[in-house]
Amino acid sequence: MRISVEEVFETVQMTLDHHFDIRTVTLGINLKDCMDRRLSGLVKRVTDRIVEKGLQLNLFADLVEQKYGIPITNRRIAVTPAAILLEPLPRNQATVVKFAQALDAAARKADIDFLGGFGALVHKGTTAAEENLIDALPEALAKSQRICGFLNLASTQAGINMNAVVKVGGILKELAGRSENGIGCAKIAVFANVPEDNPFMAGAHHGVGEPDFSLNIGISGPGVVRNVVAQNPDCDLTKLSEIIKRTVFKITRAGELIGREMADLMRVDFGIVDISLAPTTLTGDSVAEIIEAMGVGRMGAPGSTAALALLIDAVKKGGAMASGNVGGLSGTFIPVSEDEGMIRAVKSGALSLEKLEALTSVCSVGLDMFAVPGNTPAEVISCIIADELAIGVVNGKTTSVRVIPVPGKKPGDIVHFGGLLGSAPVMKVPKFSSGRFIRRQGRLPSPLLALRN
Amino acid sequence: MSAEQASQICIVTVTGEDKVGIVARLATAMARANINIVDINQKILEETFVMTMAVDIAASTLAMSQIKKRLDKVAREMALNITIQDENIFKAMHRV
Repeated sequence: MRISVEEVFETVQMTLDHHFDIRTVTLGINLKDCMDRRLSGLVKRVTDRIVEKGLQLNLFADLVEQKYGIPITNRRIAVTPAAILLEPLPRNQATVVKFAQALDAAARKADIDFLGGFGALVHKGTTAAEENLIDALPEALAKSQRICGFLNLASTQAGINMNAVVKVGGILKELAGRSENGIGCAKIAVFANVPEDNPFMAGAHHGVGEPDFSLNIGISGPGVVRNVVAQNPDCDLTKLSEIIKRTVFKITRAGELIGREMADLMRVDFGIVDISLAPTTLTGDSVAEIIEAMGVGRMGAPGSTAALALLIDAVKKGGAMASGNVGGLSGTFIPVSEDEGMIRAVKSGALSLEKLEALTSVCSVGLDMFAVPGNTPAEVISCIIADELAIGVVNGKTTSVRVIPVPGKKPGDIVHFGGLLGSAPVMKVPKFSSGRFIRRQGRLPSPLLALRN
Repeated sequence: MSAEQASQICIVTVTGEDKVGIVARLATAMARANINIVDINQKILEETFVMTMAVDIAASTLAMSQIKKRLDKVAREMALNITIQDENIFKAMHRV
């Protein structure tokens, strides 16, 4: 049956008027076979592979974008966790920094704006090489432009590595101090239950369970969803859920088609479609505004958590119907700085750090891109991280934290990060310290997964 | 995308103010690039000219990017919005 005029224009309007795009095509690249006892050997093999595949990725993404008329906004690469690649090499920070710079140069050569995977999986314990990488992260990220870091600090199977959580509070503070407005911290996310196939930066890496290559797609359409919600101002919530499901089905199918074609062209395995709704700084491309279109007075007001739960549930159901390969994070992103509605909610006092944390208990990706005063002690940052990771560990889901302690700023100040990263009002952090709790360190035990009868 | 493939259907959409010669201009542009027009649907919606055109670009002398450039030129000259997309995107999104 031929496509009707109405159906054609529905799709055209999604891209022209409501910012529907393929947010990212991310190529996961296995680099384990590039390992070497000498840094030069590792760097040569890694560079060759990243440059070759990165150029291909850009070329084919342009072709597919033209063919289907759907913008492919970002083309990115995720690699095997760097800490694994550095295991056989000397344990000094200079090696880590040099490796980061080599990856950075390879990404630049391939015209790839961000390369993820510069991190480690330390949810149960930390090897000497991983310890070395974490110590070197501030310098490695400060001396590179395109490299993104991640750390998996907790999992439902292992609990929370509190030794690492304590350390990371200090690392983030140091990283913030080395960049303008602390923006270096936008390039690193810490996780509980990090997915191995997440295509979104900063947290993307090519997991150890992945094949040599894997092409992952991140779709996005908060503007599209907001539009259909706004067009149905009076229907009941069951009906609203159905409407959202139908819309997400359509945009996921577009992602699936484009992902499969990209993978075929590159002759690599198709990995997953990540159905996360990811906002941008563009007007109308806001997740908070979807919640508000549902009838919540302001994002963060009572009712927000329930509305977000409905939204994510509908997104998952519509997406799962559309593709058998749904994976990655597949939740809804509520970064403060990158979403106009979130910024407005914080500025107006409707959304506090505590409510943001509550929202993340139903939303997959955690506390993202929020600014706190630069004088927030490292221990408090570690405690914020521990709280967020506990939500992920206990609920068997991914949570992450991307916090920006902005030097010299106080609550209520607005910090402009520029470009895709937007701007953020600095949020108030409670002044009570839990230093004595966090300094106990150790491993916060994993939750009970047995005794289910 | 092999050269001998039977057909590659794309959907062209045109929106804007109705005026004389829209279909003629597009048909000429298509003919010059050896693109066959398979189907045309047009209507006036609230004084806006709305048209979809199914075209087969399999035998086209131009690549997709060049076709797009030609259409962009027509769009500029006649003050219209014109898009072109492979039909499969619509099938994927609107057919289970």
